[in-house]
Amino acid sequence: MLRAIFSHPSGRIGGTIVVIYVVVALLGMFDVTPHSPLQQYRIDRLHAPNMIYWMGTDLFGRDVASRLMKGVGQSFFVGFCSVTLATFAGTVLGLTAAWFGKAWDGLVMRIMDVLLAFPAILLALLIIAIAGPGTWTSIAAIAIVYTPIFTRVVRGPALSIKAREFVDAARTFGSSRSYILTRHLLLNLVAPLTVQVTLALAWSLLTEAGLSFLGLGTQPPASSLGLMLADSRNLMETAPWLLIFPALAIMISILGFNLLGDALRDILDPRTRRSAA
Amino acid sequence: MTPLLSVSNLRVGFGRNPLENEVVRGVSFDLQAGETLAVVGESGSGKSVTALSINRLVDFGGGKIISGAVNLTRTDNSVLDLAEAAEPVLEKIRGSEIGMIFQEPMTSLNPVLTIGRQIEESFRLHRGLTGRQATAAAKDALDRVRIPDAARRLKYTPNQLSGGMLQRVMIATALACNPRLLIADEPTTALDVTVQAQIMALLGELKRETGTAMIFITHDIGLVAGIADKVMVMQAGEAVEQGTLGDVLDRPQHPYTRHLLSAVPHFESGRAARSDYVRGQIKEAKPALKVDGLTVRFKVAGSVFRRSPGAVHAVENVDFDLMPRETLAIVGESGSGKSTTARAILGLVRPTRGGFSTHSGRIAAATDPSVQMVFQNPYASLNPRLRIDSILAEPVIAAGGRVNAETRARMAALLKRVGLPENCLERYPHQFSGGQRQRLCIARALMLNPSIVVLDEAVSALDVSVQAKVLELLADLQREYGLAYLFVSHDMAVVERIAHRIAVLYAGEIVEIGDAASVLSNPQHSYTKRLISAVPSIDRRNQHFELDTRQVPSLVRPPGFEPPATQWRSFGPDHRARAEA
Repeated sequence: MLRAIFSHPSGRIGGTIVVIYVVVALLGMFDVTPHSPLQQYRIDRLHAPNMIYWMGTDLFGRDVASRLMKGVGQSFFVGFCSVTLATFAGTVLGLTAAWFGKAWDGLVMRIMDVLLAFPAILLALLIIAIAGPGTWTSIAAIAIVYTPIFTRVVRGPALSIKAREFVDAARTFGSSRSYILTRHLLLNLVAPLTVQVTLALAWSLLTEAGLSFLGLGTQPPASSLGLMLADSRNLMETAPWLLIFPALAIMISILGFNLLGDALRDILDPRTRRSAA
Repeated sequence: MTPLLSVSNLRVGFGRNPLENEVVRGVSFDLQAGETLAVVGESGSGKSVTALSINRLVDFGGGKIISGAVNLTRTDNSVLDLAEAAEPVLEKIRGSEIGMIFQEPMTSLNPVLTIGRQIEESFRLHRGLTGRQATAAAKDALDRVRIPDAARRLKYTPNQLSGGMLQRVMIATALACNPRLLIADEPTTALDVTVQAQIMALLGELKRETGTAMIFITHDIGLVAGIADKVMVMQAGEAVEQGTLGDVLDRPQHPYTRHLLSAVPHFESGRAARSDYVRGQIKEAKPALKVDGLTVRFKVAGSVFRRSPGAVHAVENVDFDLMPRETLAIVGESGSGKSTTARAILGLVRPTRGGFSTHSGRIAAATDPSVQMVFQNPYASLNPRLRIDSILAEPVIAAGGRVNAETRARMAALLKRVGLPENCLERYPHQFSGGQRQRLCIARALMLNPSIVVLDEAVSALDVSVQAKVLELLADLQREYGLAYLFVSHDMAVVERIAHRIAVLYAGEIVEIGDAASVLSNPQHSYTKRLISAVPSIDRRNQHFELDTRQVPSLVRPPGFEPPATQWRSFGPDHRARAEA
């Protein structure tokens, strides 16, 4: 699998970017940074990037590189948690909707339609407005926003697999419902789910940055990419490094996940899979 | 006289490196005007690729002609090498000089356009007809393929017509511009036997009327006898034998041709029926399965504004019993309710009325480990993501058993018994061929030691020579384990090889049931007669199939409809048929 990703042209780039980000995020989360992200070096306020402050310092003299690592860690934490929740909820809802059909299917899918009708960021804002800002509410909000996509991604193929003969065969043996749902349906959904998880990670990073930018996600003094962008707004001309580095960080991470997602789709789709046999 | 089409040393390959993936390896043949050449071979023999290379449709599938010439004599007597011709020239030739019919009529027509428009297209492109002229030409084309009420049918979309009608429309389109060559790629494989007979009759008549030469591709050597002048047998990309119909069928030279002719089940009007089990030999034997007044109806959905128009009576009052060691074949065409019967017995469909009992008692629960099923499509009935050992373990787990050394020993023993190597337990389904997969399905069905195995078209998806081997295996297993088989099939030649008794299903009801030899050699009900006379056979050379445009009656009945009680007539000790008005 790893070999397949790294022999695919966009998989190689995307995979490398994602691996670097994960390392940076882990370092940031465990406070392995060049400086303390909260320490204020008053003399060096708004210092341009140099050998000591790789990405300069901000208005309070805090090291941008350290804050960026911390912020990447925070954004990834929110992204991974929310996508995990969304994947789990969406898979359960999608599978049960496809399997039981009828009223349950109608109910689940109509609720998902309603959720999908709102723009992602607007719906997340609505949920946070009700629950109050914070790391865990933004995780919950982003999870709820992306659940409908997973529900749909699971339900469609699950419906078609349900009609395949091996599911009928399982029913003639008297296999239990949970056995059929996990071994026959879920196992065959691994490929589309993997692709969807990778792409959803990219979107959730963007949503998290958006929420923090609006002051509804991560709360100061903790750092996150969106928050750093928001803080840099007024200093755009005097200290452009405050804006450029977080913006680049967001952009490259999304690019990386999208490239990886595209590569996975090619690799896992039997129609585009190059004959390995 | 120069032949209409002369193919010499044609080689076709696929992919980036066509020389390495050569599918057709040097095929040569000549075709005179008005002649019919049948190309016979199993899947992967290169028969379709050869045909698609003639009109160069192979280019669109990623194929490439490596070498060889395909010389077509055009209407003005000039000779064109199609292997070298440029695409714009080919576009003019396709449709006007070479027509083509594909296997699947349901998917070769555009579902959102009326059939009239689709036939007119050919006239517009090649004859420059427009408007009313084109419509009139399309109507004539439909008349020519014997579609009743052609003017009205022009406005139909494909979903309003049956498979047989759609194949007629395809033929009408292919013949629209009077091509001198018609390529028919398995044109009747997707159709029922009686419909197949009608299409074959139509092709035969049209050939005589128009003098069109035809290349007829098929895997069914029985069908060849009815239509071909010359036969070419292909194996692994090579033409291993070619000659006149009589030479190839009666004096086959190549071992593969002989193998095809001997291994493949041919219909022999009951002479080949099995005789290893006769009812009444063992006194007081209890039936393995007794089906009593089985009725399955599907309600047609109404809406808020419209009452439900009634129910589809898919299976109506079906009775039969099945003894241990006996095979009962249920034959019928699509829509006759044969698969629904099988699925009801397995508990996949809930019967509206009636029931069944095994020797262990009445089947109450949906599933009974003593009844197992083998499905039609070996490619769809094994979960591609599970290893073979997990697949074989599933029935055991479902029955509440544990996967232990004993289970693994049984798996290995069964795999060996069905003729698969033992080391395949660690492999995945895609590493097996269709025939091997069907053997896996059989092994899986036997894991729980059933007394009854329901085989739903179990060999229909397999290549003909593989069919024979699987049938042989089934018969051996039956003797060894004392199994009772319920064999659902549409293929009379296969049924003749495996069945002891036959039940003929038509429109959801049994119309005739009895001893296999007696039913096949001496059919009594008019439908059974029609079915049997439609079966192709190598003994029926150039026969004239009758054109019959009767349609299967609709099975939708008004709410509360009950069919009248059945009158049976007996013809011998174990053979009865429904009395006809």
